[in-house]
Amino acid sequence: MILFFWLLLSRFSGWSKSVFPGPLQVFESLWGLILNGVMVKHVVASLYRVTIGFYLAILLGIPMGIILGRINIAKSFLNPVLHFLRPISPLAWIPLAMLWFGIGDKPAIFLIFLSSFFPLVVSTTVAVANIDPVFFHVAANFNFNRYEQLKKIIIPAILPEVVTALRISIGIAWLVVVAAEMIAVKSGLGYLILDSRNALRMDYVMGAMIVIGIIGLFLDVLMKRLSKIEPVFWGSIGS
Amino acid sequence: MGHILIENLGKTYIDRRRKQRNSKDKNRSPGTQVQVLKDINLELEDGEMVCILGPSGCGKSTLLRIIAGFDRPSEGTVLIDGKPVKGPSSDHIFVFQHSSLLPWMTVRQNVGLGLRHMNDKKAMGKQIEEYIEMVELEGFEDHYPYQLSGGMKRRAELARALAVDPDILFMDEPFTGLDYLTHLKIREEVVNMHEFLGKTTLFVTHDIDDALVMGDRIVVLSGRPAKVKLSRKLTYVRPRDFMKEKGLSELREEVFFMLGVHYAV
Ligand SMILES: Nc1ncnc2c1ncn2[C@@H]1O[C@H](COP(=O)(O)OP(=O)(O)OP(=O)(O)O)[C@@H](O)[C@H]1O
Ligand SMILES: [Mg+2]
Repeated sequence: MILFFWLLLSRFSGWSKSVFPGPLQVFESLWGLILNGVMVKHVVASLYRVTIGFYLAILLGIPMGIILGRINIAKSFLNPVLHFLRPISPLAWIPLAMLWFGIGDKPAIFLIFLSSFFPLVVSTTVAVANIDPVFFHVAANFNFNRYEQLKKIIIPAILPEVVTALRISIGIAWLVVVAAEMIAVKSGLGYLILDSRNALRMDYVMGAMIVIGIIGLFLDVLMKRLSKIEPVFWGSIGS
Repeated sequence: MGHILIENLGKTYIDRRRKQRNSKDKNRSPGTQVQVLKDINLELEDGEMVCILGPSGCGKSTLLRIIAGFDRPSEGTVLIDGKPVKGPSSDHIFVFQHSSLLPWMTVRQNVGLGLRHMNDKKAMGKQIEEYIEMVELEGFEDHYPYQLSGGMKRRAELARALAVDPDILFMDEPFTGLDYLTHLKIREEVVNMHEFLGKTTLFVTHDIDDALVMGDRIVVLSGRPAKVKLSRKLTYVRPRDFMKEKGLSELREEVFFMLGVHYAV
């Protein structure tokens, strides 16, 4: 369907082929990019940055969310800062990121980290605060220590919501990586788009867009799978 | 082990959100004070089952929470086996009003919560099996709570409580939300378990018949602030039928009257 409309539009829009290439031409160029290894190189570069930035966000964001959800003093100190920083688009950090981290992978990773970090912290905090207090009573009644409380109550209780948050934030991270790669680096899908635009190769631009869409879809499916695992799944049927 | 002594227990909640605007001395009255419990004196012998009745909101749950160590008294003391209560402990298990099975754990894992420190895992597994059998949940060991009916959840929770072999059981309206027949069935099981295991039990209920059928003693609390209005030993043998026991049916009417119901059938 989409392909058909695309074909029609490109034929009859009146724009020339180099401005609005048709599907055949785009897939041909895309295939060329895949065969000569250019596309693989850029995809790997983008995925690498998203992976590192995303893991950093998980590593720092989820523990921080748990602390904020459980310790009121931490909450009253950090929450105002968090809520102030959260609505600022990660893209607004670009100048600072470049100033602090220079050029290369680091500023891009930093931006991806920021884009996932805040949603993860906030969702985790909310999830922890919403745990039914009766479960903490049970934990106290059966003499759970702090580690057991974390492992057997807090983590399983928040897992469904955290997995949902992960799914949303990897989507955001994938959006941000393309923008981040347009400024500070010489590789990645964002760079490919910018570079092709400068070379006036709209077929490459569109090819890259298709790859971005497919990978984004793939990441989402991957995260959806995660929420189907039984220990994660407990709450979604209700109990 | 399982003796409880409650002396001059009082509990006052301070509601900070409802500040008294016109209060002149702000330091001395920071908020509205609600006295929930006042001068409660109660002694439970080892192995006794005491059923507590009282109007809704009078402070029954509060009383239970304090004795179990989940809350602090404002005045007075609670001694268990001669020692003041410092906090919750697996020697005194609380069965909550609403299901408190951990939804991310199977029946087996839930029942095993209090046994997790046993070194001999085989013996632990056997003990878990034993208690699951006791509450007739064989075949549901690997089910999650959402896969159980309300009655089965209650049973699993009972098994979890009994599996640690506690000195005292606290039960706060554990039959809430069960259909009539399941209610009667589980009540029967609780009575049997009590006769069999003889654990000190404090049982809060709003169902007068529950109290009369189950208790070694019933205690009626007054409205806020709650005081002990009546404490009566019941020596009738179980299973009891208050239609046939004259003393029981008279007591039933007396309690109904005390709780403000005049024409109970
Ligand atoms: N944490 C709290 N802060 C302030 N007031 C409280 C708190 N917990 C309970 N109360 C008040 O104490 C009173 C007694 O509550 P409690 O839950 O003990 O009653 P109850 O007898 O168990 O009622 P029910 O029969 O409905 O279960 C209520 O009026 C309630 O508003
Ligand atoms: Mg109550």
